[in-house]
Amino acid sequence: MSTSSTSTLGKIGSYAFLTFFVFLSVYPITRIITVSLRPGDQLLSTSLDFIPDGATLDNYRALLFETPFLRWMLNSVLVAFVVTVTGVALASTAGYAISRYRFLGRGSMLSGLLITQMFPATMLLLPLYVVLINLKLLNSYLGIIVIYSATALPFCVWQMKGYYDTIPVALEEAARIDGCTPWQAFRRVIFPLAAPALVITALFSFMTAWNEYVVANVVLQDTDMFTLPLGLKMFQGDMTTQWGLYAAGALLVSIPVVGLFLALSRYLISGLTLGAVKG
Amino acid sequence: MLEAKDTVAALEARERTKEEAGQNGRPRTERTDPVRPAPRLSEAWQHRIFLGALLGPTVLIVLSVVAYPFFYNVVLSLSNMNIYHIRDWDVIGFQQYAAVFSEPAFWNVFLKTVVWTAVNIVFHVGLGVFLAVILNKSFIVGKPAWRVLLILPWALPQYITALTWRGMFNYEYGAVNLLLSKAFGMSPIAWLTSPFEAFVAVILTNIWLGFPFMMVVALGGLQSIPGELYEAADVDGASEWKKFWSITVPLLKPVMIPAITLGIVWTFNNINVVWLVSNGGEPNDQTHILVSYVYEAAFQMYRFGWAAALSMVIFGVLFVFTQVLLKRTNATEGAY
Repeated sequence: MSTSSTSTLGKIGSYAFLTFFVFLSVYPITRIITVSLRPGDQLLSTSLDFIPDGATLDNYRALLFETPFLRWMLNSVLVAFVVTVTGVALASTAGYAISRYRFLGRGSMLSGLLITQMFPATMLLLPLYVVLINLKLLNSYLGIIVIYSATALPFCVWQMKGYYDTIPVALEEAARIDGCTPWQAFRRVIFPLAAPALVITALFSFMTAWNEYVVANVVLQDTDMFTLPLGLKMFQGDMTTQWGLYAAGALLVSIPVVGLFLALSRYLISGLTLGAVKG
Repeated sequence: MLEAKDTVAALEARERTKEEAGQNGRPRTERTDPVRPAPRLSEAWQHRIFLGALLGPTVLIVLSVVAYPFFYNVVLSLSNMNIYHIRDWDVIGFQQYAAVFSEPAFWNVFLKTVVWTAVNIVFHVGLGVFLAVILNKSFIVGKPAWRVLLILPWALPQYITALTWRGMFNYEYGAVNLLLSKAFGMSPIAWLTSPFEAFVAVILTNIWLGFPFMMVVALGGLQSIPGELYEAADVDGASEWKKFWSITVPLLKPVMIPAITLGIVWTFNNINVVWLVSNGGEPNDQTHILVSYVYEAAFQMYRFGWAAALSMVIFGVLFVFTQVLLKRTNATEGAY
């Protein structure tokens, strides 16, 4: 804001502070890379070198060809994809209705959405677990997909509603005068304008499914059915940890989500703040 | 800039819908024979059907997967369901709630949860706002790059953060102890095997992954503060410190309060980090917050009724807390 009033010392201090925190942010990630490159005989090493002695891609080869990693990835992609599509479809329509229409129960619906954020994980998981046992849906994707969609939905609906609130109603009115049905006015005029919020909703739904451990740990029991979080946790066994496999897997799993997240971080700021301020 | 772009897009969209309406409309007007006078619904009914179509699927899912389990959980909390009574359980009243409050460990874990939440939020907000203020200074070069690097902890999947930090806290080979000994000559700390250090370790991990969210929210808020305010303060000769407390803080408040409320609720309930860094409460079930404690009771000890009751207690605490917080902040907003 103010260039003139900042002293040189202040500038140096600011850069030093930023550098320190960037180091803290990046360092754990460099450790994952380092460990994933270590040859088998050096996994337990006290070296802090970024590129380890005798760096090798052996861990990646072992991970891809000697463990069910690819199977887990397929499972995760399947679950995350269904959850994302469901999340976007449901949140974009329900958020629109709540933003534009006044109907009986609207207020309680809104506060209900917020209240679900206060549920501890076990609050819904325990009853659903009992229900899944009774329906024999334990160890199935259907169970987990439904739970993920429902977990992600309240935040997504709230978020979409906040964004629709910032789009002027005059746009639909104009479309209606031009002969659009209410659905066309929504689908052709408002929906495309809500792209930033849709992107956030998709990202949030996807990450919910891709990164979830606690629910999957209860619902999925068969190693072949595992999603990635369960699989990677399995490498950290009770007795010994297969650090090389874990690190290689962690890196492969993180690269797509981190890339996606950073690419969309521009939207993240506008989507989150608009939703929050106008919510 | 943004508005201009939006209105252009809107105009285009309007043109498109006009065209399509025209295409659909024309053949109908030309074909004059009244083949099929569509049964026209009244405007009110059309409206209701549209609303139902928009809301129906969501309401259905939320009712079946959120509302139904919620009430089922209430029933479970009043029941004696556990591993021995999984099918033949009975409603027994408030005994499970009494059992929750009379368990000595409960109060201990409750206290830890409060400390956990408070320490995390203070650091998240403090670091987040401070970094955002620095990043927003005009003399900082390469802002997008700094920002991207600082968001990394948020972008990394939480469970990977937790499992990786667990590795870094390893006594002999973990990076934390190695760095401490190489940089400061400190003797290694038993991060994961002594109760206090393990609790510090989970908090450090969570601070690491949580500050970028607050930073991003604060950055959004800072961008909406008009620069003239700072220029006016400069003219009056205000110090940086004074400007921060008199301009930045009050104007960030409306943006930060909802984020902080949400942050408190999320942190209070964040089972991932605690569970994965401490590997389910190690050492000796000393590293728990309430959620991880219930999770263990439910899915490792199968004390279903008891766990359901404790879930209700956690929810009750958060509900009352947020109501009070939101009331208070609304009141202060009115005064301000």
